Amino acid sequence: MSKGRFGKYGGQYVPEIVMPVLTELEAAYEKYKNDPEFLADLRKYYVEYAGRPTLLYYAEKLTKHYGGAKIFLKREDLLHTGAHKINNALGQVLLAKRMGKNRVIAETGAGQHGVATATVAALFGMDCKVFMGAVDMERQKLNVFRMKLLGAEVVPVTTGTSTLKDATSEAIRYWAAHIDDTHYIIGSAVGPHPYPTMVRDFQSVIGREIREQIKDEAGGRLDYLIACVGGGSNAIGTFYEFRNDKNVKKFGVEAAGRGPAVGDNAQTLSNPASRPGVLHGAYSYLAQDDDGQVIEVYSISAGLDYPGVGPEHAMFHEEGVVKYVGINDKEAIDAFQLLCREEGIIPAVESSHALAYLEKLMPNTKKDEVVVVTLSGRGDKDVQQVAKVLGEEI
Amino acid sequence: MSRLQNKFNELKAENKKGLVIYLTAGIPDAEGTLKAIRTAVDNGADVIELGIPFSDPMADGPVIQSASYEAIQKGMTLKKVLELVREIRKFTQVPVLGMGYINVMLNYGFEKLAADAKAAGLDGFIIPDVPHEESGDMKRVCKEQGLHLVEFVTPGTTDKRISETCTTADGFIYCVSVNGVTGVRKIDYSPINKVIEHVKKQTNTPCAVGFGIGSPEAAVDAAKGADAVIVGSAVVKLVMENKLAEAGKLIGDIRQALDKKVN
Repeated sequence: MSKGRFGKYGGQYVPEIVMPVLTELEAAYEKYKNDPEFLADLRKYYVEYAGRPTLLYYAEKLTKHYGGAKIFLKREDLLHTGAHKINNALGQVLLAKRMGKNRVIAETGAGQHGVATATVAALFGMDCKVFMGAVDMERQKLNVFRMKLLGAEVVPVTTGTSTLKDATSEAIRYWAAHIDDTHYIIGSAVGPHPYPTMVRDFQSVIGREIREQIKDEAGGRLDYLIACVGGGSNAIGTFYEFRNDKNVKKFGVEAAGRGPAVGDNAQTLSNPASRPGVLHGAYSYLAQDDDGQVIEVYSISAGLDYPGVGPEHAMFHEEGVVKYVGINDKEAIDAFQLLCREEGIIPAVESSHALAYLEKLMPNTKKDEVVVVTLSGRGDKDVQQVAKVLGEEI
Repeated sequence: MSRLQNKFNELKAENKKGLVIYLTAGIPDAEGTLKAIRTAVDNGADVIELGIPFSDPMADGPVIQSASYEAIQKGMTLKKVLELVREIRKFTQVPVLGMGYINVMLNYGFEKLAADAKAAGLDGFIIPDVPHEESGDMKRVCKEQGLHLVEFVTPGTTDKRISETCTTADGFIYCVSVNGVTGVRKIDYSPINKVIEHVKKQTNTPCAVGFGIGSPEAAVDAAKGADAVIVGSAVVKLVMENKLAEAGKLIGDIRQALDKKVN
């Protein structure tokens, strides 16, 4: 079996052209991941630029609303650029610099990872190209303009379904032709080894902070962790620290979209119809048809509608480390509104899926128990779409 | 000895360069693919690389991407590709390799695929998203059925990896001419020819150069140190546009140029 496996999942299913650069990246990551100077540098940018540590906020009114366990929110939405994506983008750009690469590329769906990459590229004076499906560019015009303001070139992708999966394929193709001077900042815990490990490590600052902060906030008690899963980077960042804590029940929330039919949701692990397959370099669970063609998945959240999922999640799913569940569009929008009204926080539609799981979980919890929900991003970007769903003209 | 090995031995005996033609199964339709294969063989193709369409072909450029997408829209599946191979065997013994991405094969089941492929008359597989490290399972089932699994080298493949690849290489070695994806463009073929020199010292497995070749001149240039050249996008583009006669002429011109240069 090849390198970079999580159980039987993961691997390096890429064209031979990309192998040398993956080997180079792996060597660089191995060299720097425990290097005190690299870690100090990363820490510095986390604290001084991104705004870490993020708050672990006790949502008192939301707790009262449900009348069960105490609810805390891990406020990744308060980070610079408004989501957890910056944790990974900073880590990878610092690595790219040390590897002597002066160009970065990225794929993006909703635009959050594209904005995070464009941001760190601006900060470090690097040339930046972001690949984005033409359909997504139309849906997320504001983020396209943001990236342009930050100096990035947004490359429209019109192949296949013109969405995130096609943008990812196109980023890999471009990378294959420019491996000498370009680093590919992949946005989630997906892709060929070493990406799933590297992205998880950069994101697991979320879980480590939760561990520390919960000591002060709840005397170290923690019973439930909830995070949303698209590719699964904020979720792996939340769960990884607690992977061996059997007393902490972990829920990964996937997008159940508008129903269980094929193509109507973005559930890869919580959908009995999906099965393992290979997409974008990794063996993991995959939404595919009977002939093994990858299907276009759907969610109201552009950040969750990816047909694959990180390989470590596939392992956690099979080993029962994390329970993966589905939340549909309506439940997510209800949770979105609830958090706005109860706590004065506008959450990202992605994160609203995690929040919505409280509806199902809370009736079975006790008052002395503690639940932490990772609020992966803020919802300013989604306001227009939510207005449309609610039938409001803005 | 396999059809493919026989073909390369024949070419060697005649001091000729081999010509591998890629065609996407289901383009312009199933019947049209058979016609295109007949045309390719009539005009001098030695080996056919039959593209198994996949929704996310990450090693392919725009032409083969759109051919793949269109073929899926028209209902082409791996099962139907094998049916096509049965049809092909009714009129030619040209070696045919299935070129496709691993997910479609994984979905079909490796063991069953190898058995069904053998029964249909396929000679092996080329899987661009399976590098040497990931090739074990497929290699095993192919070997059991006497099928080839083609491996790759590129200008960037390290010496260590070249040696590893040479020890297991089978059928021919796919020598990718340039960093990037498939598609016609101007390419300096000297870096890959250097790699081929290195490969030749370690194995007798034939070397075929692919990526970027769209004209007789490019084919001659690419073929220098190699045993064969692979032409894909340039032919597929014409087949997609229903210009089969032009596709035949292009293949014939490349054939002539290759033969003239050597003899």
